[in-house]
Amino acid sequence: MAVQSTTEVREKPSLGQVLRDTKYVFWREMLLPLRDPFSLIFSLIQPLVFLGLFGPLLGAAVGAPAFGGQSTLQWFLPGVVVMIALFGTSMTGSNLQYELMTGSYERILATPLSRSSLMIGRALKEWAPLVAQGLLIALVCIPFGFVFYPLHVLAGLVILGIFGIGLGALSYALALVSQNKEWIFWGVQQTLLFPLMILSGIMLPIEAGPGWMKTASLFNPLTYLVNAERELFAGSVGTDTLLGLLAAVVSAAVGLAVGIRAINRNIR
Amino acid sequence: MIHTDKLTKTFVVKKETVEAVKGVDIDVAPGELVAFLGPNGAGKSTTLRMLTTLLRPTSGTATVAGVDVTADPAGVRARIGYIGQGNGGGHSFRVIDELVMQGRFYGMNTADAAARAEELLKSLDLADLAKRTVIKLSGGQRRRMDVALGLMHSPRLLFLDEPSTGMDPQNRANLWEHIMRMRAEHGTTIVLTTHYMDEADLMSERVIVIDHGQIIADDTAARLKANLAGDLLAVEVAADSAHGVRGLLGRAAAGGEINENTYDGVVRFRLRLTEGARLAPALLKEMHDAGAPAQSLELKPPTLDDVFLELTGRNLREGADR
Repeated sequence: MAVQSTTEVREKPSLGQVLRDTKYVFWREMLLPLRDPFSLIFSLIQPLVFLGLFGPLLGAAVGAPAFGGQSTLQWFLPGVVVMIALFGTSMTGSNLQYELMTGSYERILATPLSRSSLMIGRALKEWAPLVAQGLLIALVCIPFGFVFYPLHVLAGLVILGIFGIGLGALSYALALVSQNKEWIFWGVQQTLLFPLMILSGIMLPIEAGPGWMKTASLFNPLTYLVNAERELFAGSVGTDTLLGLLAAVVSAAVGLAVGIRAINRNIR
Repeated sequence: MIHTDKLTKTFVVKKETVEAVKGVDIDVAPGELVAFLGPNGAGKSTTLRMLTTLLRPTSGTATVAGVDVTADPAGVRARIGYIGQGNGGGHSFRVIDELVMQGRFYGMNTADAAARAEELLKSLDLADLAKRTVIKLSGGQRRRMDVALGLMHSPRLLFLDEPSTGMDPQNRANLWEHIMRMRAEHGTTIVLTTHYMDEADLMSERVIVIDHGQIIADDTAARLKANLAGDLLAVEVAADSAHGVRGLLGRAAAGGEINENTYDGVVRFRLRLTEGARLAPALLKEMHDAGAPAQSLELKPPTLDDVFLELTGRNLREGADR
């Protein structure tokens, strides 16, 4: 960065400051659901609907062999958790759009908060309900034969959080780029999200598809994320978990780099 | 408090380079109250946004509160307050929550931030609305909340971008009363932009007139008006004696234009007169002695709009006709 030009001398906030700032940004965002808890209740219903209505059809349509010996529920539940995380964190930018229209974003931009904390804090707010959602659906599924490994599930949620920071930052950048043209945000978000989801085997096992889909799925970071979650939810830690963690960290790094570029481009 | 050297901003819009700010040099001392006055699009806000690190200068330097804006933007932001053109409160948040979080953003602890928020809400007549969500506030209430947000961390230097645009006169007066009180109590340095000439005139001690990205005048409002515009004097004499005062008035106007209208046997002369209030009594006596006593006299002090007209040949309200 520093070689681009002499005016490019930019403050490099310390990690401690980024963490502190992230806490404030996260806390401000969390005040919204906390002051209005009804939104949280609805967010708990959504995953149950997916599990209850989609799960049984999946088992009947695809057949048990495709799930690698696991029960449909054990296979599908981690997928639902990843899906909620995707929907949530890819919405980070949509909430920003309102603040871009008023002066609220600008007011916060004029405070000393570090730029990366603006994105991380907001992304984590979209991720936070997942902890409650994930635990709830796990508990609800126990009577139906789901085996619950709390520590593994928790580790899985942390990996999703790291990935969510990356996706949230990309969503944030998208909102900045599509400023004053809100439909672009939705167009891009929807157009990208669904192919990525399907090509990762979240909803249906990718093994059931043609060879080109399997090949394509190898280039999709989500694939590794979903595989890691499946491994963890099944109560084991192995190569899939490590690859998933790696995919999450890389996504977070790329997302934040793109996001910070977008913020700085805006002040050019 | 502020020092800039050839501060410049160019934008590239549709492959065309637009020079929004063309190398301005500004010096503001601690405790000053300065207004950037100019039509819409003159470059006032762009200048302000560079000083507050919301825009990066294309060239030139600026030191704000002792910190270079390009080398350490976060350092500048920590030392200043900024009240932008829009409303700073997030729509769905509660007033008190936004204020406390704003304090936290500036590194205040929760107790201090809560105490400060309460104090500001009280002094800005918002105490009853602390738990209201921002979207339910009226326009004037929102603007006062913006002021509270900008003052949470008690900055020594405060920037306001078009602070009273769209407010009714009563709310404007109210807003200014609060800002002036804060200034009197804490000696805050204040820099604001406005395209309301009366606001710049009444509120600021110093006016920097900006047009087409350049500073075209920088002085106290009183001196700008006295030096560049002068009072507008209208004086009426009987038509049959008017010839006796033309030379007299010509000397008083010191080469300035004199307007003449005749109606109902009366001639109405209109001219600009530097220090008109001081000169008018003597002028009346001279006219009387010349055999053309004034039948009526009207003396209008100049406005900053007159100053702008004198400087640019355009009216402030006409805007920047690029």
